[in-house]
Amino acid sequence: MSQPDPVAIFRQEATELLETLEANLLQLDETPDDKAVVDSAFRALHTLKGSGAMFGFTAAASFVHEFETAFDRVRKGEKTATPALIRVALQARDHIMILIEDPDSAGSEGETLLAALRQAVEGEAKAEAAPALVIEAPVAEAWPSGWKISFSLPADALAMGSNPLLLIDELAELGPCDVRARIAGVASLDTLDPTRSALGWEVVLRGDVSRAQIDDVFMFLSDDMELTVEALGEPASEAPAPAAPPIAEAAPSLAAAPAVAPAPAPAQAAKPKTKPKTESPAPQKAASSDKSNSSLRVPAERLDALMDRVGELVIAQARLNQLAAQANDPNLKSVAEDIERLSSSLRDTTMGIRMVPIGTLFGRFRRLVHDLSHDLGKEIEFVTAGEDTELDKTVIEHLADPLVHLIRNSVDHGLESADKRLAAGKPSGGTVRLSATYAGAEVAISVSDDGAGLDPARIRQKAEEAGLITSEAKLSEQELFQLIFQPGFSTAKEITALSGRGVGMDVVKRTIDGLRGSIDLSSQMGLGTTATLRLPLTLAIIDGLLVRIGDGRYTIPLAAVEECVELPLDADGEGRGRAFLNIRGSLVPFIRLREVFNLSTPPGQYQKVVIISSGDMRVGLVVDQILGNNQTVIKQLSKLHAGVRHFSGATILGDGTVALILDPMQLATFGQHGDGTHAEQTFGRAA
Amino acid sequence: MSLRVQTMPGAMRALTMRLGDEIFAVEANCVREILEIGTVTSVPNAPDFVGGLINVRGTVVPLADLRVSFNMPRPVADEDTRIVVMEIEIDGEKTVAGVLADKVHDVTDLDAASMEPAPRIGMRWPQGFVRAIAKRDNQFIIVPDVNEIFARSIAAAH
Repeated sequence: MSQPDPVAIFRQEATELLETLEANLLQLDETPDDKAVVDSAFRALHTLKGSGAMFGFTAAASFVHEFETAFDRVRKGEKTATPALIRVALQARDHIMILIEDPDSAGSEGETLLAALRQAVEGEAKAEAAPALVIEAPVAEAWPSGWKISFSLPADALAMGSNPLLLIDELAELGPCDVRARIAGVASLDTLDPTRSALGWEVVLRGDVSRAQIDDVFMFLSDDMELTVEALGEPASEAPAPAAPPIAEAAPSLAAAPAVAPAPAPAQAAKPKTKPKTESPAPQKAASSDKSNSSLRVPAERLDALMDRVGELVIAQARLNQLAAQANDPNLKSVAEDIERLSSSLRDTTMGIRMVPIGTLFGRFRRLVHDLSHDLGKEIEFVTAGEDTELDKTVIEHLADPLVHLIRNSVDHGLESADKRLAAGKPSGGTVRLSATYAGAEVAISVSDDGAGLDPARIRQKAEEAGLITSEAKLSEQELFQLIFQPGFSTAKEITALSGRGVGMDVVKRTIDGLRGSIDLSSQMGLGTTATLRLPLTLAIIDGLLVRIGDGRYTIPLAAVEECVELPLDADGEGRGRAFLNIRGSLVPFIRLREVFNLSTPPGQYQKVVIISSGDMRVGLVVDQILGNNQTVIKQLSKLHAGVRHFSGATILGDGTVALILDPMQLATFGQHGDGTHAEQTFGRAA
Repeated sequence: MSLRVQTMPGAMRALTMRLGDEIFAVEANCVREILEIGTVTSVPNAPDFVGGLINVRGTVVPLADLRVSFNMPRPVADEDTRIVVMEIEIDGEKTVAGVLADKVHDVTDLDAASMEPAPRIGMRWPQGFVRAIAKRDNQFIIVPDVNEIFARSIAAAH
């Protein structure tokens, strides 16, 4: 296995940290006093600074450091996070992103941003001294008693697996610490043995801590280490000069203990403005160690490979089941049952690994709306719901762009300006709602606004101008709305920087099609628009219902199946291929698949109807026989079959034959609209 | 297409097979394996050219019938029928597809001298489907442009 590029890992980690930071900042916009959120943002900054410096992103690290310094006042509760501060902070966050992605391209706006940031923090009451120096006093006063601990580890301690930083962290968890390294013992660089511990530390620990607690920290090492612990006298006089930043001294330990993660490089720490970071190492470490317990970073390719293996296992297991059923050997049967149980739970677990809550995506849009709201001068409330809804990772990744388009459209075109809204009797601030829910085998994600709504007449006029439809064409409102997804279509009267160019909606449609999903628009003039994306839960393995039609076997995604009933003998005879069934009082259209598939073999005597649902549509599928459940590993059809509708893929059955997977969404649409040729040819999915 | 015919490759190592009464040769490099015909799943409403799907070692592979493209009769499979699993290129993407053959002969070297560009006129087959005609032992061998045939089939399906 090749070694992953540490810089790439840092970039990825930094991206996640920046996302956290952004989410926290936006959260602060709503709840400026939430201490936990401030701390979380601060931790993100701090980690970023540390690892940035370690991986050579010095520009980013020093920028983050300044950012952190300014932001620290918020953390200390001296200042509150004003909207203005949040806005600058968000810009600063973007600047960090640039510094990390492409350090060379970053311009000089860093200084300007920092100045703005400082100013935003200072607010009206502008302090003369650099913020870093002002802060020291209250911290020192807050802790009236403490300990002075000095220790050094035996030379072979690192090789034995001890990590002095962890000790310091543990101390820091007891109370605020000032840590200084004794670097006298460090050899010069050319004779330095990085596996030998040459450093000693002096820690001034403030707070109500007992001697026993301190001894506990060194419990496992106390035998051969050198440790002295003295009680502090009057703490105010003991306060170390801030000029000697502990971070600077922790840095050489990086050379001594290369395995230790975030530790700032000397270049960074040498900056005179560095302020003693007394508390932050503890929460930061605590957070990262929590994280390592609960989650693990795994490259996506490995997950995909795992998924492939599980897919093969499921197919092999189906074959074993079939053999066991034929062999009439109870032992073999019981093994086959065990394997079946194991493989299906392995499948569920593997699928679970790939499922990601969609909330990870929603966070990004909060920022988008925040910025749009500012740029357009519209007051917008952004409401999200269903963040816990989980979707396959690949699906989520592809959803970001379409949702950006839809949200921009809602904000830019959908929501009217405040005056217009007031005139229409609505509250001046608009609402954009992003929600996700499970709907059968699908996840429905909707973007709705309470804006002006779509104007069918204007869409029609535009479509005619663009030559998309003739003036005689009779189209339902739904069909008219679907025209928006045609390339080059835009009803926006003026083109803004954001939208109105007519690119976007067709991209949305294409992306959703590619994910085997669909998109619906509903709108009421003056009340708002809702765009609903329906997406399959997963692209890999599903539970299927195996049916026989003629000589062929087909799989229907089980999650779409509502019930199976016998086809009444008196049901509408052969003919147009479409009729209705009475299912407990409601009329459900049904289609005879053997007719849809143009099969010539005679139908079985007792045909069954499988009732499937997609969204709010229900339709019955007439099949010859229901064969049972199977685990279906979805294999995509090749481009050669791109033109074939009704199927979403194929799978391999236990006996090695290929079975096609019916596409409930296509069939439901087909069943609802009769032969539906017009609508589907014009607006249907590309399958 | 005419351009490609003029800049025809020289010698090629080819797999020869019989379709109807004609001998065809495809680039041996593109051939992955040759299978006996197993269960073919027919795809309802798919074009005749790619009317089936087969299982090739756990992957689902479309089965194409070049006899459709060349307007040949299509007798049912017999003991000589084979599936030639090939790599083809569609829109610049490599795709694996099976091609039906009434009988697979052998792998042979066709040298450049024995090959001639397909005549523009007097051809029974659609333009562009034939890259060259080779001659061996007083027998004509058709070298089809497989990628082109598949590309046209996809274009027609849309």
